[in-house]
Amino acid sequence: MIGLLASILDGVLVGAVYGLAAMGITLIWGVMHVVNLTHGAMIVAGMFAVYLFVGATGMPAYAALAPVIVGGFLAGVALYWVAIHRMIGQPPLMSLLATFSVNLVLIGLGTDVWGTVLFNVPVSLPGFSLGRYTFPGTHLMAAALTAVIAGALYFFLYRTRAGKAVRAVAGNREAAELVGIPTTRILALSCGLGVALACVSGALIATLFPFTVLSGDAYQLKSFVVTVLGGMGNPTGALVAGVALGLLEGVATPFMPVSWTLVIEFVLFVVVLIAFPGGLLSVRLRRGRKPG
Amino acid sequence: MADALRRPFFWIIGLAIAAFAGAPLGHDVELRESLLLAAVYITLASNLNMMLGYAGYVNFGSIVFFGLGGYFCVYFMGTLGWGLLPSVLVGGVAVSVLALLFGLGILRLRGIHFALATIGVNEAVMAFVTNFQPWGGSTGIYLSTGLFQPLGGPAQALWTVYYLLVAIMGLSLYLSYFVKSSKFGMGLLAIGQNEDAAAVLGVPAPRYKALAYSASAFLPAIAGGLYFFKGAFIQPADAFDLTLSTEAIVITMLGGQGTIFGPALGAYLYEELRGWLLTSQTFANFQLVVAGALLLVIVLFAPGGLMGLFYRRWPRLRRILE
Amino acid sequence: MSALLEIENLGKRFGGLQAVSSLGFTVREGEILGLIGPNGAGKSTVFNLINGVFAPDAGRVRFRDADITGAAPFRVAQLGLARTHQIVQPFASMTVLENCTVGACFGRENLPLPRAREAAREAVVLVGLEDRIDEPALHLTIAGKKRLELARALAARPALLMLDEVLAGLNPTEVARMIAIVRSIRERGVAILMIEHLMQAIMSLSDRIVVLNSGRKLSEGLPAEVARDPAVVEAYLGDPGLVQGAPR
Repeated sequence: MIGLLASILDGVLVGAVYGLAAMGITLIWGVMHVVNLTHGAMIVAGMFAVYLFVGATGMPAYAALAPVIVGGFLAGVALYWVAIHRMIGQPPLMSLLATFSVNLVLIGLGTDVWGTVLFNVPVSLPGFSLGRYTFPGTHLMAAALTAVIAGALYFFLYRTRAGKAVRAVAGNREAAELVGIPTTRILALSCGLGVALACVSGALIATLFPFTVLSGDAYQLKSFVVTVLGGMGNPTGALVAGVALGLLEGVATPFMPVSWTLVIEFVLFVVVLIAFPGGLLSVRLRRGRKPG
Repeated sequence: MADALRRPFFWIIGLAIAAFAGAPLGHDVELRESLLLAAVYITLASNLNMMLGYAGYVNFGSIVFFGLGGYFCVYFMGTLGWGLLPSVLVGGVAVSVLALLFGLGILRLRGIHFALATIGVNEAVMAFVTNFQPWGGSTGIYLSTGLFQPLGGPAQALWTVYYLLVAIMGLSLYLSYFVKSSKFGMGLLAIGQNEDAAAVLGVPAPRYKALAYSASAFLPAIAGGLYFFKGAFIQPADAFDLTLSTEAIVITMLGGQGTIFGPALGAYLYEELRGWLLTSQTFANFQLVVAGALLLVIVLFAPGGLMGLFYRRWPRLRRILE
Repeated sequence: MSALLEIENLGKRFGGLQAVSSLGFTVREGEILGLIGPNGAGKSTVFNLINGVFAPDAGRVRFRDADITGAAPFRVAQLGLARTHQIVQPFASMTVLENCTVGACFGRENLPLPRAREAAREAVVLVGLEDRIDEPALHLTIAGKKRLELARALAARPALLMLDEVLAGLNPTEVARMIAIVRSIRERGVAILMIEHLMQAIMSLSDRIVVLNSGRKLSEGLPAEVARDPAVVEAYLGDPGLVQGAPR
């Protein structure tokens, strides 16, 4: 029983990182109604950034986080200008294909350079023992850092002017434009933030598990499952749902082969989309569409 | 229907089929193999076009029809000892029925959600098949070469399969054409423009979408059956490789979504490009990079694809081609 | 004249807002019923409740003796009830003719494609768009798009046509033209339920008027009666005393 509990708690820790990744997607969706299909590639970019950083400087992996966040932000802004800017206001199919195509390019280049072999970032941290069970230090650290980063994001969104502008644009872009907010810049900024979140969550995942260039797909899927569970456009929901997914994985993995986990997550994804389009958190509220 | 028969495009398709069938002249194996691949691409792209170009629903995981069709055929022939034609036909029907069932579920989703759900369907099916022992699990199924005997031996069988695939390609093009000139096609196009407005006008959107999804599964499933029979081997990683459906999307967008000639043109050009890349670079994965870059350029600057550009430049072309 | 559309005790709430409550009225065959009321009175919501975009929380909707309460929009259209939208929604890449053909194909008569095209052509001529019949819808002006929306709904040969502010955004010439079109539609035996803000137009077009305020029926009757009803004047102008000849 304690074993299961330990498994669950560990799942929660890892789930927090999933939640962080999902916040990246939900932020971009919420602000500009674009689904970022480069998310997986950006997670992988974060992973490799840490790997290369540690290899080049010999410093501990966690020191890479700051440059990863900055780099991710810049990459996100670039992504906005290259692929997304022209797609704003077009049918959602177009922005979907645009980000999808960038993903193809990035993953293609990645497999060229690094092939499909496993990479690992060596991190040694003392674990936390509870009786017979040890919680890996990396998991605890990752969860803690997630909390810090999420906290920073909230601070930005709710306590700064720029953050308020982001929320305004997410609420109603036209109205925001009318009150003088430079919406295009805010959109680029939000895209930067979303990608930065993807990259940093990738960096954290790299400290937890080995990875390949193709790992992005699986984590992108997990991010989408979490986003949908928490409600598209809802950062708090994303975090909560991430933890929930981690919990689910913690419960399920002792009992079933790994290859099925992905199937279950997919099925969950489709079921939630069909049955609860607003995410599981919306179920409590009364259902009723907005007057059109 | 009679109206469609009189239009030049009907005969253009016929010519294309004849060209494909005739070009290798019964003995040029290299040309046949490259045309076979083109025929597969055209089949996949044309059928994908019904959902993507007409109804506006992106099916990222359309490969699942091809792969499942392959598995059904290989299973029927290898394990149950059926002949080729019954195996592919029953496989095609089986996959269409499955598509209808899946479709009823995921077609309630719009836009992005639907697209992601189609990837989900593909991944779920692949994971299932990988764990499904009667279908060989992760190692797959090998067909014995003895199965080529009823068709006159391995060499002859490959030609037969080729002609059958060309026929399937032709059927795909005709299917796109007849759907587009039909009331059903009109409804799909209306759904693609504005699903809610279409519903208010009486278009039975849920039924039409499900039919389109199911219909778009049939011919790719048969093509899959033929393709994997020819290779005498099938495994999950090949059968459900998202690369192929991704390429189908790029091809459709490149040629011109919503047109019939578009996917064919796109397939031909893409295959030429791919062939050139494979010989001039040793990077096997570079093809996806090029595909991605191509798709980005199309989406950003020419969403109507090549046919879209041609039609804008020469509007009269619309009367001849589709 | 028999009742074509009957609404009984219709109610709908969105979160904290009771958009429509206890609403009931009838549209008879061949008549033009005007639906008016101040902004936010719930008029478009009523349309959405009738044609199935939202399901009502309470009440019934009957159309040609069939209960269509909460039925899906496409089913309602197939029974012969067509509507236009306040914000026009043309099929942008399709031509005018193709737009109307869609309407003709899927309406009550369920026409095959060739006959649908003919019906579409008739509708296009009726609204006066025949000179632009092969142009893509996105090239039309707003007035043109409004007429297209009308033609498209009409091509289905509906028994009842619901018009949602079909005169909004038009200049006086266009308004006069549209009014003439509406009249000719009625002459073909199509009943009309219209929402409109242009008072003069709707008062002169309608046989009867229903006034809505805050989701409830405020008044019903002939245009002249409704115009003199103090409750209606108060709702619009705030002071019943502004009505000439009204009892003080």
